[in-house]
Order: sequence, then structure tokens, then C-alpha cells
Amino acid sequence: MGPSATRWATFVDCSALLPENPAIVIAHEIRAYHMSAIAIRQLGMHFAGAADPVLCDVSFTLAPAENLSLLGPSGCGKTTLLRLLMGLQHPTAGSIDVAAALLGSMSYVFQEPRLVPWRSCLENVLLPLELTGKNDDQGRELALALLQQCGLTERLQHFPGQLSGGMQMRVALARALVTEPKLVLLDEPFAALDERSRFRMQDLLLELRVQLGLQYIFVTHSIAEAVYLGDRILLLDARGRVRDWRRIQFPARDQSVKQTPVFNDLVQAYSELFASMEGETDSEEQ
Amino acid sequence: MLSGAWAWLSDKLPAWVFLMLLLSLWQWVVAEKWVASYLLPSPLQIFHTTVELWPQIWAATLATARSILWGLGVSVLIGVTMALVFFAIPLVRRAVLPFCIFFQTVPIIAIAPLLVIWFGFGDPTVRASAFIVSLFPILANTLTGLQETDPQLKELFRLYKPTAWQLIVKLQIPSALPYILTGIRISAGLAVIGAIVGEFIAGGGLGAMIDAARTQQRVDLVFSGVLMSSALALSLVFTIELCSRVLLRGRPYLRKL
Repeated sequence: MGPSATRWATFVDCSALLPENPAIVIAHEIRAYHMSAIAIRQLGMHFAGAADPVLCDVSFTLAPAENLSLLGPSGCGKTTLLRLLMGLQHPTAGSIDVAAALLGSMSYVFQEPRLVPWRSCLENVLLPLELTGKNDDQGRELALALLQQCGLTERLQHFPGQLSGGMQMRVALARALVTEPKLVLLDEPFAALDERSRFRMQDLLLELRVQLGLQYIFVTHSIAEAVYLGDRILLLDARGRVRDWRRIQFPARDQSVKQTPVFNDLVQAYSELFASMEGETDSEEQ
Repeated sequence: MLSGAWAWLSDKLPAWVFLMLLLSLWQWVVAEKWVASYLLPSPLQIFHTTVELWPQIWAATLATARSILWGLGVSVLIGVTMALVFFAIPLVRRAVLPFCIFFQTVPIIAIAPLLVIWFGFGDPTVRASAFIVSLFPILANTLTGLQETDPQLKELFRLYKPTAWQLIVKLQIPSALPYILTGIRISAGLAVIGAIVGEFIAGGGLGAMIDAARTQQRVDLVFSGVLMSSALALSLVFTIELCSRVLLRGRPYLRKL
């Protein structure tokens, strides 16, 4: 684990450190809390009837404008964590604090496009505006602009059934952005796409982030995607515990970054971490 | 375009050829006097009778069509409304729905005399009869459709905190639409039966015409009436099919409905 991960561990386990030097730890926590966009503490989720919890003692804070990649093996609770953040479910332990500026300005992109089949491409994007009563000329212009940005101008009147998987996902992205959210939660949105459209979508997201001043939390099980898109990476293990937390910086984010040694080293490091986690799960099961 | 026409022809042609064979056989059997023509008139004879009495037959067909449309229309209005109420208020559904099954199970011929007593002879009884038989399929299908709303879409809508009205108008009714249309299609066939049965008892339209022809031993006219009533049913189902295609456009999984 890198140095930042170690420092974070002291924050996560502050209760254990309290007797030694309470003042320092608490000051650190307060500072982190006040500067954060999102603060999550000791979050746990245990579905009724399930043997093990899905999420266990997850804590982290995310600074404003910091984009997070949530990484982990399948079934580790990434999606659950995202749903808890959106308020689609309620945690069984711990708390989630979201900065007032972000509250009510969050948007969610599901794993599948989840378009309304009887609405055209444009009507799907306008749906959030209709439901929130903001379906005016200005909203319509924004919807059209977003669809243009997503390369769908030719397809406005097409129905979801007439669009490819990649196009449907772009419609879903435009729909999530039409309410002008400050924070977008994306649940493995590009998982079902082929590699080329996947790369295009990643760059579209980065482009929109700069253009609209977005902050996003991105769930993925692809290490390269997590490293490419995240300012921070949170790695969960198969039992829903925080395994690694670190900050990632690149001079600029475009596809050329993927050729740099820094990028490849990170991907390599995470791959090894993944492999070691799989070893642990196997031995625990035995 | 030409290959499309050819595909259509090769799809439909066998049925038409078979129909022609069947009619020829029928004509031949009657012409050879193997069956008496007062029991089974020949196709040509039925055709001649239909042409000869066309004004009378057409007027009867129109009268029956009006009753069917009236009964079916009211069924759609009341059936869909009741389904919405049942869906919105589960307590009402549990209390009332079991008794609605009455509409499905009652033999219409058994209560037609009651309808005559209440509504008298003529159109009102015929319309009531068409209404009673066509209500339940629409009600039951609409209710199923409302209950089968995709939970994933419901979750999507929930993100934007919709009002109950928005949820019904923008999500639940559109997603129940295929079910509603299927219900209407089933009911259309039943409404034809309901109307003809009503006319047997209460008079008017094709039902009364068929009944009168029977008492006069005009089997050719009976056949004529039967043909017109099935033509009515077919054109009704065809119209509903067309409407379905327009209303359900863009839903690929329903294209082959």
C-alpha cells in the first residue's frame, strides 16, 4: 500500500488510535470532514436473511471536485455502496454525509441503459425534466445540446429498440446530465460495451466533466478504467471491506496516459492486489 | 418491393387456394344434390341471396356494429377506470374484484331475459349484453398490466421523485398499454357474441335477422347473417390490430403481436 493508503488507515481506525493521541486524530477527522463533498463513516449493509454483510465498516471522505473510482471484484458491494449514496437503499450501519451543495443535485446512471422503451431518444432525455417540472425551452435546448455532444443528433426520434447498446448508454448518460447535476453516480455504465465504444465513452465522460464541472463516482471492475477515470480509487475486497484507498494524479487525462509507465505500474499493482485478494478468499473459504 | 410482395403472396396464397378448393367442393356437393339445398345452400346461392337482400342485410349489420362498438367502448372506459381504482386502492380490489368474476362466468344467454325485463326490447338490451361480456377481459388485463410495471423503470422514475399522477400517466398506463390492447382484442370477439345473443332475445340487427330467417327456413339467409357477423368481428380485430401497431410503435418486442 502507498503512503496515502497508510495515512487513510489511521483515519478509518481512529477509534483504535484514540487512547494514544486523541487530539491529533480528531483534528484530522474534523478537517477532513469539513473539506469534504462526501463523508462516509463506518458504513455497513447487511441484507435481511443474508449470511454475511455486503458492506462492512466502509469509511472515506471525498473532497469537492474529486472523482472516485470504486473498484473491486464482482459481488463486493460496489453497486450497493452507490445505491446507498443515492438513497435508493438505507444502510444498516454507519452514516453518509453529503455536502449541502450536492444534496438534491445528484444523478444516477444504472448498469444498463434503462431507457423507457415507448419514448424516443429525445423524450427519454426530457423525462427527468418533465418529472421535475422543468420541461421548458431552456431544458429542451440543454437536452438537444447534450444529445449533440453524445453524437446522437441524427437519432433524436429513434426509439431505444432501434439504437445500439453504445447509443442507448449515451442516451442514458445524457438523461442523467440533463438535470445539471453536480454529482453523478455511475454504476459500471460501460461494462457491456465493446472496447472502442468504451474508450469513446470514457473520454466523453472526462470531456463532460470539464465542460459541466461535474464530480462523479464511477463503479467498475476494470482496473484500467478505474485508474483512467479516478482521482481517487477505493478498492473493496470480496467481503465489502476497504482494501486500498489512494489518490492518483496524471498531468493530463487522455488515452495517451494509458501508454505511460506510471499508468501501467498502477494497473500492475492493482492486478497483484486483486490476485492476492482472491488467494485470501480461497483460503478463508477452506 | 417485388420480393416483399412475393413473400406476402407465398405466405397467404396457400390459405386462399385451400378456401377456393373448399368452396368448390361445397358447390359441387350441393350441385350433385348429395345434400338438400334447403339444408345446405350452395356458396353461389348464399352469394346471390346476399346481393339480392343487400340493403336489408347491410342495415342489420350496421345496427349490430353500433351495438358492439357501444358495448365495447363503454367496457374500455369502465374497465380501465376500474382497473386503475383497483390498482391504486388494494383494499377496494380485494373487496370488489372477486365479484367482477361474475361478469366473466355468467352465461350471457341466461341473463339476457333479465336484461329485456330491465331495458325492454331493442338497442339498450343489446348494448348491455355486449358490455357485460366484454368488461372482464379488459379489466383483468389492464390490472395485470398495471401490476407488471417493470420495477427497474419504477426505480428510474423514483430518482426524480414523481407525483402519483405522473407515475400513473407517464409510467403505469403506457407500460400497461399492450395488456389493455390485448384485453380489448379479446373483448372485441366476445362483444360480437354478446350483441348477437342480445339481438336474438331483444330484436334488431343481425341476430334478429338470423333468428327470423331460421323460422322461415331461409338457411341461405342464415348463412348470410353468419358471414356478416364474422366479417364484423374480423374487421373489428383488424382495426384494433392497426391501432395497436400505431400505439405500440417503437416497442420492438411487441412488433409481432
